[in-house]
Amino acid sequence: MKKILLIIRREYLTRVKKRSFIVMTILGPLLMAAVFVVPIYLATNSNEMKNVAVLDQSGLFFEKFKDSDNIKFHYITEDLTTAKENFPRSHDYALLFIPKTELSLPENAIIYSSGQVNINVKSYVSNVMSRQIEELKLEAKIRDLQPGTNVNSTTTDILKSIKSNVDISTIKLGSNGEEQKSYPEVSMVLGMFSAVLIYFFIFMFGSQVMRGVIEEKTSRIIEVIISSVKPFQLMMGKIIGVALVGLTQFMLWVILTFGIVTIATSAFTGKLKSSLPNEQVITNQGQSFHADKLAHASHPANTNQEGVNEVFSAINSIDFPVMIGSFLFYFLFGYLLYAALFAAIGSAVDSESDTQQFMLPITMPLIFAFVTAQYIIQEPQGPLAFWLSIIPLTSPVVMMVRIPFGVPVLQVILSMILLLLGFVGTTWMAGKIYRTGILMYGKKVNYKELWKWLKYKN
Amino acid sequence: MDLFTATNVSKTYAAHKALDKINIRVPEQSIFGLLGPNGAGKTTFIRIVNRIIAPDEGELIFNGKKLGPEDIGKIGYLPEERGLYKKMLVGEQALYLAQLKGLSHHDALIKLKYWFDKFEIRGWWNRKVEELSKGMQQKVQFIVTIVHNPKLLIFDEPFSGFDPINVNLLKEEILSLRNNGSTIIFSTHNMGSVEELCDHIALINNAKTILEGNVNSIKKTFKTNTFEICYTGYDEDLRNILSSGENVILQEKEDDHFKATVQLPAGLTTNSLIREMILHVTLQSFNEIIPSMNDIFIRTVTEKHTISPNLPLN
Repeated sequence: MKKILLIIRREYLTRVKKRSFIVMTILGPLLMAAVFVVPIYLATNSNEMKNVAVLDQSGLFFEKFKDSDNIKFHYITEDLTTAKENFPRSHDYALLFIPKTELSLPENAIIYSSGQVNINVKSYVSNVMSRQIEELKLEAKIRDLQPGTNVNSTTTDILKSIKSNVDISTIKLGSNGEEQKSYPEVSMVLGMFSAVLIYFFIFMFGSQVMRGVIEEKTSRIIEVIISSVKPFQLMMGKIIGVALVGLTQFMLWVILTFGIVTIATSAFTGKLKSSLPNEQVITNQGQSFHADKLAHASHPANTNQEGVNEVFSAINSIDFPVMIGSFLFYFLFGYLLYAALFAAIGSAVDSESDTQQFMLPITMPLIFAFVTAQYIIQEPQGPLAFWLSIIPLTSPVVMMVRIPFGVPVLQVILSMILLLLGFVGTTWMAGKIYRTGILMYGKKVNYKELWKWLKYKN
Repeated sequence: MDLFTATNVSKTYAAHKALDKINIRVPEQSIFGLLGPNGAGKTTFIRIVNRIIAPDEGELIFNGKKLGPEDIGKIGYLPEERGLYKKMLVGEQALYLAQLKGLSHHDALIKLKYWFDKFEIRGWWNRKVEELSKGMQQKVQFIVTIVHNPKLLIFDEPFSGFDPINVNLLKEEILSLRNNGSTIIFSTHNMGSVEELCDHIALINNAKTILEGNVNSIKKTFKTNTFEICYTGYDEDLRNILSSGENVILQEKEDDHFKATVQLPAGLTTNSLIREMILHVTLQSFNEIIPSMNDIFIRTVTEKHTISPNLPLN
């Protein structure tokens, strides 16, 4: 035990002291920003035809929703309760509800659906609504214009005042009618982000383990060391040491990113506060207007606050203990599962250029999981998502995509148990290959040879 | 008293038999030469002693008990394929390896400093290994092998990569380690150093021990009763004057004298040979030809199972 600690310590310290580690620690947070943007862009591409029922109680949007390439709208007139009851049987993709408002134009709408709402549908609805609202506001303004006023000076005022910000909340309708607010963007970003992180972590640090093993083999220090410790101890010491390097890097990333975000937002909110009182006045004035001139009332301040609230409640809707807990689990065990395999490859070759033929079968499932993650995010409860999140080689990446959308506990437990077993299995197998491989020099190794090593007794 | 014995040790890799019922006894406080051609199974045997691999069958006794995991700290091993972490500092690395052998950080530091001073490489403590010359790295490796005062030391081709001055330094060190109580297993192809250092040897060929024992007694068994004689005063065939069944293998003129190699038949003493000779010739020198380890090695390995020690060498 004392020896394995010595090995972990060496593996950890030599890596943390490297210049490349420090560079990556600084570049990481920048990379993360890029990682946030890409999946959102990718998720907007979907071809399936979606039927959306529109329940417009305000009556302002009748026939305004034009069918697009993959969204079809149809209008319904029943009350909300019945509509929600009928929804599961209607085969509609979503139910759009625009409530009747008394004092201002409706700038809030709710989309009910059985699953997560596609980001295209949401932005399409939001666009149509804000265009229509802006049109209505503009009409009202023009009607109000007194003849003889200086048009030039009011144009900008008018354009400013008609600007509207439509808020759409999405609510998941369970099959038994229960409601659950859902926020696809937040879930998507979180799911994709953790999946990407796990993918990179496994790749980066898995190949670090492999390079470490090759270094020991080519420098011929391996035999000196295994005359002091068991090969398995050396392998595990290296894997754990590198895992700690990864966790250290991750923690530093979190702290750095958090620092950057805090600085950025505190500067931003400072600006926001200074502009608030002004807008409050406008709102108060707006409320005194006549009902058919609702359009005069704009609610920039309210909208801002609602936007902030929305994000907050979205973040609150994520079950963070579950999220963080499962992230750490898949982060760690996903890495451990693969690291042992990487170590085995390193032991079987004499130089890094020989690793190609063995790398493929190991990286394939990982890359496959990563690529499919972009489809799984659109259908997090589908059969592909289910199977890939159960199979140990793909589960660390795929399960993390699904977790923010809510996964049945039983599936998570099954997936975790299988991952644990997978880890024990690959490590046992890798240990056998490693033990033989590290003592083989100058031998061209193929799969048949590896199979033979697996069967050696000691 | 034997420090280490291996009885009927076998090891098979898939279809290849690497060791076939090997028997070796290493007496305490001796330098034991482990000899054999490439691929004979020496490295496999050494790895078994180091518990890097386990034998399929056979018994290993170390210091009176079955060889166990706790004995690893009492063995020092300098493998033939050796190296160091290139990017690590010399001192840091030596400390790491010494601690892996079970020394505490404190003890390791004191002992390493002593040896670094003795080998005059103290100034390199904070340098990276890749900045060191090959010979310098070898010194570090040698120190790391012996720093924990092991009872049993295993050196696999220890002199490769050293210049003659350092080879001598190393030989002296090995001898003084033996004199201070260590037992040394010494594997090499350099028969010169075997003769110089080893008290006992074992010769392994084709996975089997084919020769084992004390160096002097092995040499005795390989003696062929052959003598080299230098003389003057007689330029005809020696066979004319030797009539007791002597076998004249070689006779040639060398500068101002003759040199002959003569093998005596069993029962004939050197005195009677000399008696026969001095009637006709003037003797200049008279030496028994003792087979070198090199000759013994080549002969036993090439002739394999048909060893008949009393035939003349060459």
